[in-house]
Amino acid sequence: MLHIVNKSATERGSLESCLAMATKGSAVLLIEDAVYAVTKGGTAAAKIQAAAADLKIYALGPDLAARGMSGRVLDGVNVVDYGGFVDLVAEHNSCQSWL
Amino acid sequence: MSEMDDMDEGSGIIKKFMFLNRKAPHGTVYALEGLEVVLITAAFDQDVSMVFTDDGVYQLIKGVDTKGIEVKDFSKTYRALDGYDIEKLYVDQKSMDARGLTEEDLIVDVTVLSVDEMANLMAEQDIVISF
Repeated sequence: MLHIVNKSATERGSLESCLAMATKGSAVLLIEDAVYAVTKGGTAAAKIQAAAADLKIYALGPDLAARGMSGRVLDGVNVVDYGGFVDLVAEHNSCQSWL
Repeated sequence: MSEMDDMDEGSGIIKKFMFLNRKAPHGTVYALEGLEVVLITAAFDQDVSMVFTDDGVYQLIKGVDTKGIEVKDFSKTYRALDGYDIEKLYVDQKSMDARGLTEEDLIVDVTVLSVDEMANLMAEQDIVISF
């Protein structure tokens, strides 16, 4: 399954809910304000790095760039463009958006 | 004589306004709308403080490129605030620390305040407007 999160992890609990529910081997794509979670030095960084052991973590590049965060992405996080977003949706049997 | 003329003669009351910004840019419209309202307020010669706490500190990050998401890059507008005599910009130390940010990451010069200092600043305002 592909999990999609779009809310800031320092403002809402949707990333935490997602990581608790995502099973091993699932993909998690962070878009919009959720991309701050994959940046170095933040409170969500440890959670993301721990989750990356069992999950594939992706972040949308244009959303990182728009927030000045392109140079701060954690190791182990895959940055994708809009084409990559489409590929992820197509590759997975189902999607869950954590609105 | 209209009220406007009275204002022009300097009889207008100056109040202390705080604009409290707590949202990240782009994900919601709060940051941009807050900035627009601050610029309008500047025209009325009030005592304006702009405060950035929680995800609001992300509004001031350098090195933004919004071409990919096709929205306006309003981060440079924060630099123009000085030209509107809005010089009191404050960020919250705790919010910066929680996000791994330092003053060097920000597009404008700011005063960094502790939680207690921020609380005192808020308490002395006549009007607080939250975005």
